[in-house]
Amino acid sequence: MTTMSAYEIAESVRDQKVTATSVIERSISNANALNPKLNAFLAIDREGALEAAERIDSIIAKGGSPGRLAGVPIALKDNMCKVGLPTTCGSKILEGWNPPYDATVTKLLQSEGAIIVGKTNLDEFAMGSSTENSAFGPTLNPVDLTRVPGGSSGGSASSVAAGIVPIALGSDTGGSIRQPASLCGVVGVKPTYGRVSRYGLVAFASSLDQIGPFTSSVMDSAITLEVISGFDPKDSTSYDQEVGSLSAQRGLSIEGLRVGIVTEFIDGSDPEVVGALRDAAEGLARLGAEVVEISIPETKLGLSAYYLIAPAEASSNLARFDGVRFGLRVEGSNIEETNVLTRTKGFGAEVKRRIMLGTYALSSGYYDAYYAKAQQVRTLIKSGFEQAYQRVDVLISPVSPTTAFKIGERSLDPLAMYLSDVCTIPSNLAGHPAMSVPYALDSQGLPIGVQVLAPALREDLMFRLAFALEESASGVPTLDPSIKEAIIHG
Amino acid sequence: MSSRISPKEVAHVAMLARLSLTDEEAELYASQLSSVLDHASDIESLDIHDLEVTAHPLGLTNRTRMDIVVAGLSQREALSQAPDEAQGMFSVPPVLGEPS
Repeated sequence: MTTMSAYEIAESVRDQKVTATSVIERSISNANALNPKLNAFLAIDREGALEAAERIDSIIAKGGSPGRLAGVPIALKDNMCKVGLPTTCGSKILEGWNPPYDATVTKLLQSEGAIIVGKTNLDEFAMGSSTENSAFGPTLNPVDLTRVPGGSSGGSASSVAAGIVPIALGSDTGGSIRQPASLCGVVGVKPTYGRVSRYGLVAFASSLDQIGPFTSSVMDSAITLEVISGFDPKDSTSYDQEVGSLSAQRGLSIEGLRVGIVTEFIDGSDPEVVGALRDAAEGLARLGAEVVEISIPETKLGLSAYYLIAPAEASSNLARFDGVRFGLRVEGSNIEETNVLTRTKGFGAEVKRRIMLGTYALSSGYYDAYYAKAQQVRTLIKSGFEQAYQRVDVLISPVSPTTAFKIGERSLDPLAMYLSDVCTIPSNLAGHPAMSVPYALDSQGLPIGVQVLAPALREDLMFRLAFALEESASGVPTLDPSIKEAIIHG
Repeated sequence: MSSRISPKEVAHVAMLARLSLTDEEAELYASQLSSVLDHASDIESLDIHDLEVTAHPLGLTNRTRMDIVVAGLSQREALSQAPDEAQGMFSVPPVLGEPS
């Protein structure tokens, strides 16, 4: 990685070894230099970020306490709101929309001295696994510019992997943080459903969506999650139990920790991906963990349940984009025609596909067969995990069945694209935490992540194992030569 | 190619969702949605009608806040992003009347 970790930056800023202003200058310069190649950012806020940096520097000059993330540049996936910057969700239907309020995560990060430098590209309304569905063009993988960064939070993954920012936030509905983290070689965390307030996150599938961090180290993810977790009166699905100290898990022994490899997630994964997972398991065993293989057959039903539940909830959530109160309006002769013209012009093909799938699954005569059935399958999957957690403490598996695929390789076959999420979806359906830890490289030098899964609200155990995995990980990906060349070093 | 959903049904669903499709789009979406619904046949065949549904993973329900007045968006802020406004309200084309 080309930048210092967030932890090191904040420490250096607090100790006045560097100024927040100089940190932000460099981050913005790199964003501007690399974005023409990566298309990771939809907005870069030089002016706002430098203003915020000056405030941090003046707090420090006066001897005040600037916070745990003092001067740390952060990027937000462009489905989270920050006053003063547009939020597009990667869609034409919201182009030019300037949210009149901040997301709760924005406020929490800023209250610890973090500085938002920009908004990152995503699959339109977070629907996709490659960031090719953005209305503003695809984001590229900084390790190999002919490949996708994964998705839907591809811009956030790409910007952290390229070293532009040490932390970016993403949202994960079916794997949208973990899969791009794996494909770009960075850490990505989906917390327990309800850990992090979703106020100010544009809703995709409300019973599944969760915000989490991308970082280059496990420690930075632990710190970020500590900062953004907690109950929020503005999100009644948020949970009011403290997340506890996750950073304190570093260095704790994993001796005797029972680790299960999920059989169902290995079946169907590429041999090199499975090989990396086996190496990881051996590494954990050497540290004293008891590793066993464990079958959770219910997880096989995850993909089908997800692709009914998520589109159904999306079709309802996206009904608000009707050209009346905000965003695009294509004027027709009456209100209904205006609704139809606006939505037809504003939404891209994948969003339309999911809205229709969801509308169909919720329509009279099909509701019981599809949506209600899928919600029952969720119960099955949850109890499958719960049974597994009676035998083991944590689970590990591949994150994605393959490493980063070529741009355009799957974009014509929706089902093939949906299969990218087969290992990540079950955690969203169960509401459990899961994260991707970069572990190895395939024979082409592409990153392979290992997924760590834990019971609901047990992020502590998940991070303990993640810290241990990070210790034994092999191989840091080499950035594409043209990216390496363009990076401005501080 | 299976046809769980016909182009005619796709057009009906699009109408419900306030989307307008060309005939070619309806054909394409019919085949793509059919393949996703085909994949879902694994859950269709399950006999689990007695099982509870999971809507919230942690089972939180009916959470209310204290009945305390807090400031919301001002009228000006709420209207600031409106495509069209009149007299402090969102303005829209006629709700009643003949479509063109």
